[in-house]
Amino acid sequence: MITKKDVEHVAKLARLELSEQEKEKYTEQFSNILDYFNQLKEVNTENIEPMVHVLPVRNVMREDKAEYASNKEEILKNAPVEEDGYFKVPKI
Amino acid sequence: MKTLQQYEPVIGLEIHAQVSTKSKIFCDSATEFGKEHNSQICPVCTGYPGVLPVLNKKVVEYAILTGLALNCEIAKFSKFDRKHYFYPDLPKNIQISQYDLPICKNGYLIIEGKKIRINRIHMEEDAGKLVHAGAAGIAGSTYSLVDYNRTGVPLLEIVSEADITSPEQARLYTEELRNIVRYLGVCDGNLEEGSLRCDANVSIRPVGQKEFGTKVEIKNLNSFRALQRALEYEIERQTDEVENGGKIIQETRLWKDDESRTISMRTKEEAHDYRYFPEPDLVPLEIDAEWIHRIRETMPELPQEKRRRYVEEIGLSESDAAMLVDSVETARFFDRVVNLTGNPKAAANWLMGDITAYLKEKKITINDTQLPPESLAQMVELIEKGKISNAIAKKIIVPLMEKGGSPEQLVEEKGLSVISDEAQIIDIIKKIIADNPKEVEKYKSGKTQVIGFLVGLVMKETRGKADPGLVNRLFQQELK
Repeated sequence: MITKKDVEHVAKLARLELSEQEKEKYTEQFSNILDYFNQLKEVNTENIEPMVHVLPVRNVMREDKAEYASNKEEILKNAPVEEDGYFKVPKI
Repeated sequence: MKTLQQYEPVIGLEIHAQVSTKSKIFCDSATEFGKEHNSQICPVCTGYPGVLPVLNKKVVEYAILTGLALNCEIAKFSKFDRKHYFYPDLPKNIQISQYDLPICKNGYLIIEGKKIRINRIHMEEDAGKLVHAGAAGIAGSTYSLVDYNRTGVPLLEIVSEADITSPEQARLYTEELRNIVRYLGVCDGNLEEGSLRCDANVSIRPVGQKEFGTKVEIKNLNSFRALQRALEYEIERQTDEVENGGKIIQETRLWKDDESRTISMRTKEEAHDYRYFPEPDLVPLEIDAEWIHRIRETMPELPQEKRRRYVEEIGLSESDAAMLVDSVETARFFDRVVNLTGNPKAAANWLMGDITAYLKEKKITINDTQLPPESLAQMVELIEKGKISNAIAKKIIVPLMEKGGSPEQLVEEKGLSVISDEAQIIDIIKKIIADNPKEVEKYKSGKTQVIGFLVGLVMKETRGKADPGLVNRLFQQELK
């Protein structure tokens, strides 16, 4: 059973600030989602390998080649605050 | 009165090795060290929306190679997972790592005859670097600046079991691991620059007890010395705590090298909840026997095997063999010299003595010098044939490293070859005899050890260009 406390914990982990109203709404939605999983659990999965990916594809890799052309300026354009070519962030 | 309780430490190590690839693990941004900040970044490693990671094949191959060198089982099936945490050095707010299906597991390393088991090796991406601005150091800074060049650089995390029983053993394990990744070419193994990083888990328990005590994780171990000292400090701190009736709390502590102590960083309550789940943007890996076989064929001779060969086949002492093998460049240079000379022991002595001293002073490797293996072999041969003395060799070894050229030519150019004209030496001996009547008297009265002093005078007179053996023989002849 999902409680408001669980929702608050998950919100904290995801750095989300929720209103009281939202907390109530998500508590109900979380419960519904987990109820659905409980329904799935009834299926017999004996001798079935866990699925780790939906695609039946394996070993997609690239060769170790480096691209030296820099995207620096364009990428830094999206920094909330930039200083001397660095991303500037609040003190940690 | 209570009997004195003896405690023993239990230590496990987590080593992060930066993999020496040209490009990052999931994108083609370059990985060169020391480049201008944020100059090696792209939309993938900085976490732009809609981008997709593509795995660097070389990282997988290096991971398998490392696993084989550390006697691991290579997983037939492996996958990547997302590890969640928020920190400005991690632009995606997730780190792509491996959780329950790491690429290698159940390996071991033998340290001083003791088996240290390796739990697992997994692949993951490195985070960026924070520069703390506004003041010196993290404490007084008013904001932080982020450099994402390191973000996405491939890492291998090598996790040992808690099989290590002393700080010294922890250091030896890490040194051996560093040598192995350097021999494999997987990582340059530089602790100071952070291409090899080490976290230690340590607890204590009464001798004889099976259960582990509460463990503490130590971070910020930037040298082999720091690793050993931090563990020694922490074992003492925990022992004091327990003996004074206290309890060890599970926490992460930071080693302060300049203060020679550890300080608390965060406790278990503040520990992260990483909420791992499978990375949907990367498909799993299937590793077949043929791929493993191909990688195994590229395995170079490893430090342990090299040491054994130097002792058993070349006749070096255990400590000399260990010293040579400790530098992969010097050891491989030595291997080439061995094929060129009949006197590998003499070559080894030069490498461990004058040459290593010079390399350490200049902070370079033998590959950065102008000395090819052929020249060292030739110099050893010149000494052996009596064409130059040891003293002369000592004079030419540094010029050979700095300027190159053949030893034979250098000796000729500088007029340093041994005086082989006996008549010329006898003239000098006669002069020495005339100048040192007291010593000659001593010799004649039976104190024959004085000959060493007299030979020394001839060597001085000829500026090392005479063969001491020959001088000795001629002296005895003249003094008869």
